[in-house]
Amino acid sequence: MNRFVRGLITFAGLVLAWDLLVRLGELPHYILPGPDRVALRLWSDHALLAHHAGLTLVEIVLGLVLGTLLGSLAALVLAASRAARRWLLPVLLVSQAVPVFAIAPLLVLWLGYGMASKIAMATLIIFFPVAATFHDGLRRTEPGWLDLAQTMGASRWRTLWHLRVPAALPAFGAGLRVAAAVAPIGAVVGEWVGASAGLGYLMLHATARVQTDLTFAALLLLALMAVCLWLLVDAGLRRALPWLPDTHLKEE
Amino acid sequence: MSVDGAAAPSLHIHDASLTLGGRPLFSGLELAVPAGRFTALLGPSGVGKTSLLRLVAGLLTPEGESPVTVGDGQPVAGRIAWMGQQDLLLPWASALDNVMLGLRLRGQQHDDPAKARALALLEQVGLADRVSARPAALSGGQRQRVALARTLFEDRPIVLMDEPFSALDAVTRLRLGDMASRLLAGRTVMMVTHDPMEALRLADQVLVMSGSPACLTPPILPPGPAPRPPDGEALLRLQGALLTELAAGAPP
Repeated sequence: MNRFVRGLITFAGLVLAWDLLVRLGELPHYILPGPDRVALRLWSDHALLAHHAGLTLVEIVLGLVLGTLLGSLAALVLAASRAARRWLLPVLLVSQAVPVFAIAPLLVLWLGYGMASKIAMATLIIFFPVAATFHDGLRRTEPGWLDLAQTMGASRWRTLWHLRVPAALPAFGAGLRVAAAVAPIGAVVGEWVGASAGLGYLMLHATARVQTDLTFAALLLLALMAVCLWLLVDAGLRRALPWLPDTHLKEE
Repeated sequence: MSVDGAAAPSLHIHDASLTLGGRPLFSGLELAVPAGRFTALLGPSGVGKTSLLRLVAGLLTPEGESPVTVGDGQPVAGRIAWMGQQDLLLPWASALDNVMLGLRLRGQQHDDPAKARALALLEQVGLADRVSARPAALSGGQRQRVALARTLFEDRPIVLMDEPFSALDAVTRLRLGDMASRLLAGRTVMMVTHDPMEALRLADQVLVMSGSPACLTPPILPPGPAPRPPDGEALLRLQGALLTELAAGAPP
């Protein structure tokens, strides 16, 4: 039985449990709509949902790309320069003490109600896990390799590029997986604080108008997007790092 | 591929002192490694053998002026090939790319002659059919043979080896010792080992390092050309004597 079929069975089980809860608990549909109502809503409002989902997806993907680029760059600068470590590392850590959600209203104020503030939000959320894990990986190069490089007459830059960066890619991959999982949070929180479009905006409005089935439909799409994004990143990383031993794969 | 006697210089260590973590490992140590010969350094663990080798390799910063000089008056840097306790192969690179690592780290050309030379070396160590295999697909002995080919590819007159075969089983170690002895002939070799038999089989002179701060005993010169068979009577007698000496010098 492959992964896909198992995933489908798990999904079907969850939907069934949800259906039973609604029927047996006799919950009103504006509190918890059944899967049938949500499915109907997905069908009847598919154009509306697709429009908002598309915008949110663009925000998430752009945030992921920007956050990953900036995070990797920060990690490389930190690894390459002692001065950068001394001056920038504390700034980086302090910046994480400020909850990103708390500055969401500020981002909306500065960057407006459009996409820019949501992309900035997602970028900020993604930046730190990528920068922290990649930098950690760059710091933990096997000391024997560095000895070898030194006796071979390698320059610092070539050692960084040919030894430390490839050796840190597994750690970078771990950071990127986390980033892919949290990226939707950034975009949706941005949309909650102030937006005129996107799944977060749609959910907020639907809930206010007690269209709970629409909220669930949007939530479902968001979850679907998050899972697809994670699977894509995971598959890409596996392809890019074929030499990395994967003990889970062998167990299966 | 062989090195003529004039190219491989002698190594001299004069008045070497080293303190690690407040403990003097050795002070005023004198050592001469004859040109084009194989010198083995034996001693109990923690006595400072590896530190001495790292000092010669330039991997440890000496207190004050470097105690290491080369017989022909040229500097040591750039004339040393290093082989460590582990194979230190890069898991993402093929056997061939691992052998040519030095080129990449120095930013030199991967031209056809270089590749042909690397392939010839892999053939000499018996891995002609595994050139594109990654380290994970190789056995421990094969990996260490790739490491030997990488050391030879550097083509340096001085070769420093830090317990290069200690992670291997007895039979593989015997075979690799013979191979290394054959392929390194003509170079000035300094090998640290904890195995008296290995030292006696491969080396032209065996030095024992013991005490704290450590001193070197006068060199033992095993009879006959290396690599010597492990069942020679003179060798076995010397091994017994060496073991007794090591046991007496080791801390309880």
